[in-house]
Amino acid sequence: MALIEVESLGKVYPVALKEPGWQGTLQHFFRRTYRSIPAVQGVSFQIGAGEVVGFLGANGAGKTTTLKMLTGLIRPSEGLVRVAGFDPFERQTKFLEQITLVMGQKQQLIWDLPALDSLRINAAVYSLSPGIFQERLEVLSTMLGVKGQLRQPVRKLSLGERMKVELLAALLHQPRVLFLDEPTLGLDINAQAAVRQFLQAYNQRYQATILLTSHYMADITALCQRVLLIHQGSLIYDGQLESLRAKFAPYREVKLELARPYPRDKLQVYGELESLEGQSARFLLGRQGLTNAIAQMLAELEVVDLSVTDPPIEQIIGRVFQSGSAR
Amino acid sequence: MRKLGAKLGVLLQVYYAYMLEYRAELILWVLSGLLPLLLLGVWMQAAATGKFPLTPVSFARYFLAAFLVRQLTVVWVAWEFEKEVVEGRLSPRLLQPLDPVWHHVTSHLAERLARAPFIAAVAGVCLLLYPQAAWLPTWSGALLGLVAVAWGFGLRFLIQHTFALVAFWTERASALEQFWFLIYLFFSGVSAPLEVFPDLVRAVVLWTPFPYLVYFPVALLLGLPVDLLQGFAVMGGWTGLFWLANRWVWRQGLKRYSGMGA
Repeated sequence: MALIEVESLGKVYPVALKEPGWQGTLQHFFRRTYRSIPAVQGVSFQIGAGEVVGFLGANGAGKTTTLKMLTGLIRPSEGLVRVAGFDPFERQTKFLEQITLVMGQKQQLIWDLPALDSLRINAAVYSLSPGIFQERLEVLSTMLGVKGQLRQPVRKLSLGERMKVELLAALLHQPRVLFLDEPTLGLDINAQAAVRQFLQAYNQRYQATILLTSHYMADITALCQRVLLIHQGSLIYDGQLESLRAKFAPYREVKLELARPYPRDKLQVYGELESLEGQSARFLLGRQGLTNAIAQMLAELEVVDLSVTDPPIEQIIGRVFQSGSAR
Repeated sequence: MRKLGAKLGVLLQVYYAYMLEYRAELILWVLSGLLPLLLLGVWMQAAATGKFPLTPVSFARYFLAAFLVRQLTVVWVAWEFEKEVVEGRLSPRLLQPLDPVWHHVTSHLAERLARAPFIAAVAGVCLLLYPQAAWLPTWSGALLGLVAVAWGFGLRFLIQHTFALVAFWTERASALEQFWFLIYLFFSGVSAPLEVFPDLVRAVVLWTPFPYLVYFPVALLLGLPVDLLQGFAVMGGWTGLFWLANRWVWRQGLKRYSGMGA
């Protein structure tokens, strides 16, 4: 059964327009004109319990607006949203107790106090008994590896530690649905990996449903089998990450290390030459005829090393967004 | 109700710890409310040389009490809420099963507890300078006065919170509070007791909320003649009116906030 149901969801924002200069300023003051900007339009999808889904799109594509509609912060202009059986915008207590929204660039911890004080507030707000609070604190702080940091003022924590404690605060009430908006934003590689591992473990342990946006593809590939691609407010792909690769990368990346430099025109006969730097060449070759092309290269060129790989997922998704369609 | 009480208890404890982090600022905030004590000397001098309805000693007691009442009823929710809306910090709070206003109520109450020793210290210094300002209220005066102080704080918080909610429409809702403060300064009794106003002005002002924020509680504590029934009735009327306005603006504001992207 779907835990998140979205049907024909749309959001239109009125945006005030202003021309530059005196005339524009006076006109803007006395007779303001607005234009309706569709931030999200006709978005439909369903997410089942326990699924981890990546939500991808360029800046301003409508990811955060959609997440805010799913949490009830924004009322949709059109369409239907049900999360855990509730209309989010009614903000019923039973609904709020089942969800959480983590925004990487916003913090809810009190800056000047130890994190434990903020956690006590959250425990009280969600009516957790002292016993349950202690138990969850123990489990989550161990999983996140922040047990030693909870008594330090938040301002003294590193960015990575702070993000981990933010996650702890957001998950203390054990929500069934997690909306994560760039949870690894600005973190170093180690901290990113730690947050990823935690989310994976949390999902497995509590069967939580996770909808995750991130600009780091490593987050998506590590956590999500399914992705939603949103472009200019419209959903252009909903399916498995691997299918996306097969559909949008009907080519493979062939890297050659050559024994001596070859002119570009000599190499271009084998296929699409993406780059040539000294004796290193990179080709994108269609899956059909790949074997023949490689055999020909090995026969005609002095090859020191050769590797064949799928192109990185970032590149594939970049191509989808550039074309604006996944159909 | 017990659940809410337990939640507020924890909020109060944590915000008390938070306020103690700002103890140095607390001293400055207390000192920034010294206006009644500065006016104390001026009015005492004036009363000694001119014809006024209060004696110099009565003026001294009035302004000491006004200082205490003002310290106990100070509110800054307009600035805090405005910041929350503009910076988007309201959003995470809207996703919690507790009305965000309780964070402000408890942080104000916690600040009052943290501020208490500094208020006592300033009052102590004032009494050293003006020992004649000391007075002992009657039991009934003290009780009614404390009720009026608590209610005065509640009313001032409610009014300012209602102004703060305008932040959903304009980024500078605190400007409304600053305009209101100007009228408050004149008619609340901070600058002068209502006895020195012309009869007609006093009669009109007594139907506004202003005197019930400082003058009325002070008058009850000092035992000055006031119409008790009218006082509490007017306070009740304004509380009810602002309560209805507050809830209506809150609902409309949330729609607006969500319409503009939260």
